[in-house]
Amino acid sequence: MMNCRQVTRLLSDSQEYELSLKYRIITRIHVMLCSGCRNFGKQLNLLREITRTYAKGKNESPDKSDK
Amino acid sequence: MTTDIQSDLSNPAFVAELRSQMLKYAIQRLPDEHLAEDAVQEALAGALKNAGSFGRRSALKTWVFSILKNKIFDIHRQRKYVPERSPDREESEVEDIQDTLFDARGSWQTDEQPANWSSPMAAVQNEDFWRVFETCLQGLPGNQSHLFMKREFLECKGDEICKSEGISLSNLHTQLYRARLHLRECLENRWFLKGERR
Repeated sequence: MMNCRQVTRLLSDSQEYELSLKYRIITRIHVMLCSGCRNFGKQLNLLREITRTYAKGKNESPDKSDK
Repeated sequence: MTTDIQSDLSNPAFVAELRSQMLKYAIQRLPDEHLAEDAVQEALAGALKNAGSFGRRSALKTWVFSILKNKIFDIHRQRKYVPERSPDREESEVEDIQDTLFDARGSWQTDEQPANWSSPMAAVQNEDFWRVFETCLQGLPGNQSHLFMKREFLECKGDEICKSEGISLSNLHTQLYRARLHLRECLENRWFLKGERR
């Protein structure tokens, strides 16, 4: 059984490339049983979304959208 | 949005101000002013190639400074001015942080377990959130913020980053993993858990 430290690494790596079937199954099962890793996995996607929003500056000062 | 940044960059006053902030930063970290000026010049030129990717001024600035930080680090490395401030030390600091998150068996420490973030995308509407985000990003150790930004701001592919930074893919993945661990923890502590209490 993989521990949280290993599973969080796999979850992070899954943002970089497609994990093999074996590791996809291992992480999926772990995440079902572990709320910490489940939240971590969700937050990785959020982190990506938030970071892209930040760079693109969709919500920077409202006066710009008036132009 | 992009055009705003583009017009900023063709505005001499904006560029002059950015340049002087960079110079101030570099002078404090390099042994002489000429080195600092060269570093700023190079960093500015390098950064502006990607400027079109940014719609947010502070994001552009964070990016420019991460390039400058890298230039300064390179100069130190080449001149061997500060062998002690080597990645080794930073690596070990990072290890410590990872060890605080997980116990000896590799499970989350009870008080470090990631919490459920309530209405996370509502945060992006809030300017205070972006200040917290910047603080967390700039607080990442070593080269992590730079690599994370290249990957997530500029949406560079892994192999492109490896080529330009001269690191292996597995090293990149390790750095990104650590950056993500840090960043999510920082955002949770400084924003999402505080939000629950608000």
